[in-house]
Amino acid sequence: MAEPDAVKIIHGNEACVEGAILAGCKFFAGYPITPASEVAEVMAARLPAVGGVFMQMEDELASINAVVGASWGGIKAMTATSGPGFSLMQEGIGYAAVTETPCVIVNVMRGGPGTGQPTLSSQQDVYQAKYGSHGDYEPIVLVPSSAQEALDLTVRAFNLAEEFLVPVIVLTDEIVGHTRERVAIRAPGEIKQRRKPGQGEYIPFRPMPDHVPLRGNFGEGYHILVDGQLHDEYGNRVGHIPEKSAQHVQRLCDKINQNRDRIADVETRNIEDAEVVIVSYGSSSRPALRAMKEARAQNLKVGWVKLKTLFPFPDEQLSAIPARAFLVPEMNVGKIVREVKRATGKPCLSLPKLGGELHTPAEILTALKEVM
Amino acid sequence: MHPLGEKYLRKSSLPTLFCPGCGDGTILNAMIRAIDKLGGTDHFLFVSGIGCSGWIPVFINADCIHTLHGRAIPVATGLKMAQPGKHVVVFTGDGDCLGIGGNHFIHAARRNLNVTVVMVNNYIYGMTGGQVAPTTPEKIVTKTTPYGNIEAPFDACGLARAAGATFIARHTTALPRLLMNDLVKAVQHSGFSFVEVMTQCPTQAGRAIYGSGEPSVLLNELKGRAVVAKNVELKPGQFRVGTLHQDASRPPYAPIVTAEGTA
Repeated sequence: MAEPDAVKIIHGNEACVEGAILAGCKFFAGYPITPASEVAEVMAARLPAVGGVFMQMEDELASINAVVGASWGGIKAMTATSGPGFSLMQEGIGYAAVTETPCVIVNVMRGGPGTGQPTLSSQQDVYQAKYGSHGDYEPIVLVPSSAQEALDLTVRAFNLAEEFLVPVIVLTDEIVGHTRERVAIRAPGEIKQRRKPGQGEYIPFRPMPDHVPLRGNFGEGYHILVDGQLHDEYGNRVGHIPEKSAQHVQRLCDKINQNRDRIADVETRNIEDAEVVIVSYGSSSRPALRAMKEARAQNLKVGWVKLKTLFPFPDEQLSAIPARAFLVPEMNVGKIVREVKRATGKPCLSLPKLGGELHTPAEILTALKEVM
Repeated sequence: MHPLGEKYLRKSSLPTLFCPGCGDGTILNAMIRAIDKLGGTDHFLFVSGIGCSGWIPVFINADCIHTLHGRAIPVATGLKMAQPGKHVVVFTGDGDCLGIGGNHFIHAARRNLNVTVVMVNNYIYGMTGGQVAPTTPEKIVTKTTPYGNIEAPFDACGLARAAGATFIARHTTALPRLLMNDLVKAVQHSGFSFVEVMTQCPTQAGRAIYGSGEPSVLLNELKGRAVVAKNVELKPGQFRVGTLHQDASRPPYAPIVTAEGTA
C-alpha cells in the first residue's frame, strides 16, 4: 500500500470526502441533512481546490439527478444524505441503475422510520439500500465501520461504479460519520476509470463478455441516447417487446451477480477453529470484535467476520466458514441475519438493538454464551 | 425526407410516437432548423422529462438523456457543470415542468443556470390519458375533473420572470417560424432561457377543452388567441407571443474556482 499523503484525525463524514477526492470525484450535489451535512460542508470547501464543482441543490431529488447528469457529462460524481433524503433519492438510484450511470451515494444512517431519530445511529436502511427503488436491479452496497474504512470504501465505491457502470451506495451510519479517528489519506491501490469505446461503430449498451458495456460520454461525438425506459443496445425503447425487455433487466442483474467474486469482500479473524462466529457490519463490528477478543480470553472458540460489502452478499465467503452457529448483532430489528441464514444454512442467532446506541461488548458476549 | 431531417434525425428511433396532428412534430422541426443555424448537433446536449414532449429530442441524432418525470432540469444542471461549453437544451411539458418538477424549475431560474428550457404547454396530461394539469383553465372537464377544474392555472412565463429567468419567450405551434427564431435567441442567451410553446393536443386537450379533435381547428384557435403585436391590449383568452423578457446584465451561474483549482 502506498505511503499516506497525510495522517489526520478526522470523522467518517470528512473521510468520505477525502476518499472521493482521491478517487477523482469532480462533482457533488447535495442537500443538508443530519447526520450527513458535514459531507456537503467539507465538499464545498475542498472541491473548488481540485477543479471540481459543488452545488447545494433544492432537494434530494435534484441532488441525485444532477449527479446522473454530471456522470453522463463524463465526470465522477457523488451525493450524500441520510434517512428521509435517502428515501427521496430512491427513484433516481433506480434511474441510474437502468441507464447504467456510474455514481456514488453516501447514506449516513440515522434512526427511522419517518423523520425518526436525526442525531442517533441505526442500521435500519440495509434493505432499503438494496431494494429501495422499484423494479429489479442490483446496486452495490459497501459498509464502512470506521473513519479509515469510510475513506477506503468511498474510493472503492468510485472504482466499482466505473467498473460496473452502476450506482454504488456507501452505507455509513451516524457513529462512523461522527467519530473522529486517525485516518491515513492515501488511495488504496489503482484508481479505475470507465472503459472507453475503441475505433469503429460504438453501440452504447452492447455488453462486453463480463456483461458490462463500454462507456462513451456526452460531448464526445457519439450521439448517445440514454433512456430510463427499458432499451436495446442502441438505447431505443423496447418496453413493448417482452423478450428484449427481459434481456435488458436480466443483464442489469447479471453484471453484478455474476461478478460477485470481483465485488464481495469480508474481513475475518479466528474463523478456522471457531465454533461460533459473529457476523457484523458497519459500526456494530466494533463491539463485536471486542466481544470476540474477550471470548477468546475466556477460552471460548469464537470467530468474527466483518462484512465490507453488504450487497452483492458475500455468500461464498460465509458458506465456507466451518462454524456450527452464527451470531448477528445489528442496530435494527434483525435484518441481515436472514441473509446469513440463507448463505450458511446453519443456526443463526439475531441480536437486534433499537434506540440509537451501539451494542456493548458485554451484551454480545452474553448472547455468545447462549449459543455456545 | 427533407435534407435537414436526413442530416439531423435519429433514424433508428423513427417513426415518432406522436398522435396525428400533434404539435410536437412542429416543435421538433423548429428545433432542427435552430440547430442548423447554430452550427449542428455537436454543439448541443439534450435533456428531456416524461410526457409526450419528452420524446421530442429523442428523435434528434445528438447526445440525449430522457430522464425521470420532473427531473430533466436537475439532470441538465449536472450535465452543464460537466460540459460547460455545450448548449444544454431541456424539453419538458407543462405537467413535468410546473407540476412534479416545479421546484427545480424555479431554482434553476433563480440560479440563472445557463441552459434553455423549452416547455411544451398542451394544458393537460396527455400521455397518461387526459388528466387535469397545473395549466388547465378553470371549469374545464378532464378525466380527473369530471365536475370541472376548480383550480387556477399557472402563468409559466410570469413564474419564470418572478424566479429570475433572464430570457423568456412564449410561442405557439401555429406560428412556427417565430418559434424557431426565438429558439435560436434562447440558445444564444447567456443565462436561464425559457421558451413556452402553446401547442395543440388533438387527442386529449382538443376534445376536453375545445370540443374538437381536428388539428386545423385547434391550430386556428391558437392562431386567433396569439397576439404578436407588442402595443395591443389583450382580450380575454388571448396571450402574447414573442420575446417577453431579456436581461443580459445578470451573469449566468458559474461555479467557484479557487486559485489551486485553476492551477
